[in-house]
Amino acid sequence: MHIDLRTVSIKPLRQTYDHVARRIGGDKPASRYQEGTFDLQATHNFHYRPTWDPQHEIFDPSRSAIRMADWYAFKDPRQFYYGAYALARAKQQDTAEGNFDFVEDRGLADDLPAALRDTVLKLLVPLRHVAWGSNMNNAAICAYGYGTAFTQPCVYQAMDQLGIAQYLTRIGLLLGDVAVLDEAKAAWMDDEAWQGLRRYVEDSFVLKDPFELYVAQNVVLDGLLYPLVYETVIDGVLAARGGTAVAMLTRFMTDWFGETRKWVDATLKTAAAESVGNQALLQKWIAHWRDRAAGALLPVARIALDEDAEAVLADTLQQFDARLAKAGVAL
Amino acid sequence: MSTVFIALQANEDTRPIIEAIAADNPQARINEAPAMVKIDAEGRLTVRRASIEERIGRGFDLQELHINLISLSGNIDESDDELTLSWHA
Amino acid sequence: MDMQVAKKKLGLKEKYQVMTRGLDWEPSYQKKEDIYPYASYEGIKIHDWDKWEDPFRLTMDAYWKYQAEKERKLYAIIDAYAQNNGHLNVTDARYINTVKLFLTGVSPLEYMAHRGFAHAGRAFPGAGPRVACLMQSLDEIRHAQTQIHALSNFNKHYNGLHDFRHMHDRVWYLSVPKSFFDDAVTAGPFEFMVAIGFSFEYVLTNLLFVPFVSGAAYNGDMGTMTFGFSAQSDEARHMTLGLEVIKFILEQDPDNLPIVQRWIDKWTWRGYRVLTLVAMMMDYMLPKRTMSWKEAWEVYFEENGGALFKDLARYGITMPKCAETIALEKDHLSHQAWGTFYNYGAAAAFHTWVPEKEEMDWLAAKYPESFDKYYRPRLEFWREQAAKGKRFYNKTLPMLCQTCQIPMLFTEPGDPSKICYREVDYQGSKYHFCSDHCKAIFEHEPEKYVQSWLPVHQIYQGNCFPEGTDPTAEGFDPLAAVLQYYHLEFGRDNLDFEGSEDQKNFDLWRGQATKNG
Repeated sequence: MHIDLRTVSIKPLRQTYDHVARRIGGDKPASRYQEGTFDLQATHNFHYRPTWDPQHEIFDPSRSAIRMADWYAFKDPRQFYYGAYALARAKQQDTAEGNFDFVEDRGLADDLPAALRDTVLKLLVPLRHVAWGSNMNNAAICAYGYGTAFTQPCVYQAMDQLGIAQYLTRIGLLLGDVAVLDEAKAAWMDDEAWQGLRRYVEDSFVLKDPFELYVAQNVVLDGLLYPLVYETVIDGVLAARGGTAVAMLTRFMTDWFGETRKWVDATLKTAAAESVGNQALLQKWIAHWRDRAAGALLPVARIALDEDAEAVLADTLQQFDARLAKAGVAL
Repeated sequence: MSTVFIALQANEDTRPIIEAIAADNPQARINEAPAMVKIDAEGRLTVRRASIEERIGRGFDLQELHINLISLSGNIDESDDELTLSWHA
Repeated sequence: MDMQVAKKKLGLKEKYQVMTRGLDWEPSYQKKEDIYPYASYEGIKIHDWDKWEDPFRLTMDAYWKYQAEKERKLYAIIDAYAQNNGHLNVTDARYINTVKLFLTGVSPLEYMAHRGFAHAGRAFPGAGPRVACLMQSLDEIRHAQTQIHALSNFNKHYNGLHDFRHMHDRVWYLSVPKSFFDDAVTAGPFEFMVAIGFSFEYVLTNLLFVPFVSGAAYNGDMGTMTFGFSAQSDEARHMTLGLEVIKFILEQDPDNLPIVQRWIDKWTWRGYRVLTLVAMMMDYMLPKRTMSWKEAWEVYFEENGGALFKDLARYGITMPKCAETIALEKDHLSHQAWGTFYNYGAAAAFHTWVPEKEEMDWLAAKYPESFDKYYRPRLEFWREQAAKGKRFYNKTLPMLCQTCQIPMLFTEPGDPSKICYREVDYQGSKYHFCSDHCKAIFEHEPEKYVQSWLPVHQIYQGNCFPEGTDPTAEGFDPLAAVLQYYHLEFGRDNLDFEGSEDQKNFDLWRGQATKNG
């Protein structure tokens, strides 16, 4: 069928903004991700030095030891600009809401074996604070990093982690009550099992190089924590012990990690491919933080896995190393 | 007494909200501008969830207001049931 | 045992409390001052961060849900607007110059706000304000992007928008908004919050958005109206944050009052100076006018701002002193600004014109004290000159104010026949100012404002020519070289609206759209 729709046909003067055209090889239609990302950050003629950091310009690539000829070499494979981001998360929160309702309406939380519920509370609720730490760190990377292509996804990551902290809070409230939040915080502050992790997070707070912070937080800590806790312990071990309902409640985290790791891999790959110097630096940082994270996560893994913890963690580390090798950083 | 105000986009979603605000705040003045409605009131203005629900025939979460809100003035107090704008002086 | 029985449903306030509070903790492996190194150098004293109240209490799940709904609506309209050649529905093509000013002058500031709030959202040691700042950081990148996306279709069809990011960092008048935000971001996090969160968002944002957006609606620009209103729905949250910040800081310690008062005085003035561009847009650039700059100032500052400062009086805060000067300027501001741009129309990335007779009558009615007496004769003279082929383009670079960076175009408060000049000697150099307020801002922090990247100085120092330019070459034309450095296309982006490519194309396309060919 031929439809003859009469509209006024006028020839545009140009297809996109000049700064976008210069990056995509000429004047042609550009995506919303490209128009909403390229060169958004100011680069020239800053008026004043920050009173809080007079050694640097407002935006300054020398805050990091990573060197890039062009910080717009970074690409988010999800092509998230705000609208695409908000729509993706709205869909996931809708699923999460459905899962929480399903568990709540059917009283599935009450059917969990008491020991299992106890384990879940002990393991998951203190992780609120880890997510909060990531919120802070990604805010820092967004604020002090260079170039919108690198910094934009970090504000999304920061708010995702706040969302995760809030989902973990809801899990605590669903399986327990307000008191479990206080107990979890007390454990986070004082229990031996959590001190390695808390030290890791607090040490990350004082890192000044935004790219090293990116490595410590998004590459290493999340790269080990999410596969270990959500994929292995919750979806695997605890689900097999009758905790499927819990896996429903952490679906957001599992899906989220599956999605965000693609961006983390792409970022790492681009930085490593830039130069031998970058690659060496990334190897050094990753090796350092990986060992610290492994040591910090072992006692946490024991909460759910007891004597299996070491073997499971070793597996997780092996998969992590394989993942990084694919991204161009062999350890 | 100082004036507080709330401005909403003028559309199908906000028609019943504006009606509810007008009914609950007899002192309010409704000003229609291009594509927007600005509601001024002396000292205090209250948006009540129940009044909106009566008019739309479904549950309403006051946070839905954010979708069509343009601007406001005054100190805000929001609970599950109402949102109040007020000046202390 | 049934736990459900004991569990009571949490209300909005309690729920938000447990969702956000208690997420942070007192560190013990690192020192607090190393984790939050920027929290104390401004002298603001905070004793209990938990006293912070977030009035809107949006959790992330609710945020995603409502924001996605806004985005769905907005992009549906942006798409429809582009598909239907919505740009041809605007009242007349002169209107499009307002969106040029907006995209080159304002949208890059939205992006700066995004980064600035990320910084503040990392810097504060309290959980409540940090979350509120980060949510605003996320909103601000939305605003930058929705503006760029909505105006992309204008860029496809009209001049002056094509290299807005490049221009923002270089073009002379754009250093006014740029230096304003650079100033805020380089201040400490508390001052940033008072500058942007309170003075700009709460006190002045209505003057930027509401007239601009109603103006867009009134002039048939649905696309701009939609992103404007959609952004405003976030602004309501931001304004509230600004007000809560002020109240929180003032309630924490009496020593904070003089610092905050000084910031409010400074940033109300800084913001107002930037709004000069808005004043001119409202009175001269909108073909159909919604309200005059003076009326907008009276409604949104004198009336609403008056109520606000009355409310804050219980903390000891007073109306900024500059309000008196602003009241004296409100009859003159837009006319003096437009006159200047008309003079420098060869170096601006939008078109200028002399208003039509009916438009002058409107201005005379809105400004009975000033328009006919001071400004109509000048505009009529320029029109006569242009008709004789003697359109005046000023080629002498103006002196700029060291603080606000606006050319010295403002007159003495109370005497519109005399240009206002102030100067300060500092470390062997002379610095110039447009007003007592800009001078006072400099005097409080001279080490900051001597750094200003003043476009005119930079041109004279040879820093604003394309790379490889040889200024000693035979026949070197400095202004042409500066426009190349700006990426401003001579004859397309600049000069009079009359005879411009925009005008011709719009007439041609509108003719195709409304008449049989």
